[in-house]
Amino acid sequence: MAGPTRKGDSMATRGFVGKRRPPEGIKLPPGQYDVGRDFPVLTAEATPRLDPERWTMTVDGLVAREHTWTWEDLHLLPQSEYRGDIHCVTTWSKFDTRFGGVSVDLLLDTVEPLPAATHVFVTSTTGYTTNLPLHEIRDGKAWIVWTHEDKPLPREHGGPVRLLVPRLYFWKSAKWVTKLTLLDHDEPGFWERNGYHDLGDPWLEQRYQGD
Amino acid sequence: MTEYLRGTRRAPTGGWRHATVREILHPSPRAVILRLEVPDRIDHWPGQHYVIRLTAEDGYTAQRSYSVASPASDQLLEFYVERLDDGEVSSFLADVAEVGDELEIRGPIGGWFVWTADAPMFGIAGGSGVVPLVSMLRHAVHLGRTDLMTLAVSARTLADLPYADELVAAAAVVTLSREISDNGRAAGRITAAEVAPLVPPEGACFVCGSTAFSGAVTEMLTSLGVDVQRIRIESFGPTGSPADLIA
Repeated sequence: MAGPTRKGDSMATRGFVGKRRPPEGIKLPPGQYDVGRDFPVLTAEATPRLDPERWTMTVDGLVAREHTWTWEDLHLLPQSEYRGDIHCVTTWSKFDTRFGGVSVDLLLDTVEPLPAATHVFVTSTTGYTTNLPLHEIRDGKAWIVWTHEDKPLPREHGGPVRLLVPRLYFWKSAKWVTKLTLLDHDEPGFWERNGYHDLGDPWLEQRYQGD
Repeated sequence: MTEYLRGTRRAPTGGWRHATVREILHPSPRAVILRLEVPDRIDHWPGQHYVIRLTAEDGYTAQRSYSVASPASDQLLEFYVERLDDGEVSSFLADVAEVGDELEIRGPIGGWFVWTADAPMFGIAGGSGVVPLVSMLRHAVHLGRTDLMTLAVSARTLADLPYADELVAAAAVVTLSREISDNGRAAGRITAAEVAPLVPPEGACFVCGSTAFSGAVTEMLTSLGVDVQRIRIESFGPTGSPADLIA
């Protein structure tokens, strides 16, 4: 039933014209619309109040030496910025937005992933989890961020700190991230156990399990 | 959240279907109720949602998620859709869709904001956020287990409250922010004093509404001593303004 780019059977809906086509020259992943200046908030759990002084970031699992960074440790690393688009599985996309923090590459360089490591299991302070192939967070594809548009990341968007993996649907960019665990297999996280896709590539419209 | 992760029961999921619109109701100028016949339907759990996808002649598509209002025991699948002026899906469903039309839908989806009438629960919702609670209520009525539920629902006015009659009949505490209630309650937001007696000593607290509503209610519940692990949220919209219901 599922095709490579279009899920389900193609069927025009009687009377539907559509009002949110992207502007000329802008390419959106299938089924997405431009949310403009909005930044919708989605959460399944109580928004925590994290004290940056007590927050830590750990990378463990299949690594040569696991490591834990404090808020200050991370701020002493070379900073980097993502500027580009983000895509939410609920169908909004936000263009040309900026987040600042550190590249996940720096963390991985410190811990040295073992050759057996293929996937990463992400854990937040709230207990939220999500899973990713390791290669999706390497080579400039993922960040630990604490600013958005040059301002501190708001609580409702994961402040003070979240993971950012903009190539994938945004539920992979775990708010209030505190740990990355490298594994030799894929282990479904919170939404993935609840019917959402293990990879979540918006360009392949991998929204749900089976896509 | 960790409590769920230890669980083993997985919520049902289903693929794309061509549904047929069998009934359309307009409970208010700003909402539409659609009742769909779905071939090979997978029974949902109350609180789950579906995606409705619209396709234009040129292949352009738009899709949004909507919570199911009906229980699995209903022959048809019911959605309550708030009509948003700039909502290309909700305005189509409210203004254009007709009985007999086919719609592409996918579901059920979601396994977090669900309740199967097997444990005590407290549900609190604002505006169209009541929809998943209505599915839970109807399921509990079907099973004869409404004793497990307590409900609080909020809207600006009673006319703005979806499924008001059903919720009132189920003894839900109704709070209206812009209107004096029939029982004499002054207009105003729901208070901690009104919520406190409704929260059972155990079981999940389901919170559904706008981002602002969900945030305020969650703060209220934690101030009343409710463990955050018991709180399950479904919120929608950008901060402070309504949008399509999103999971």
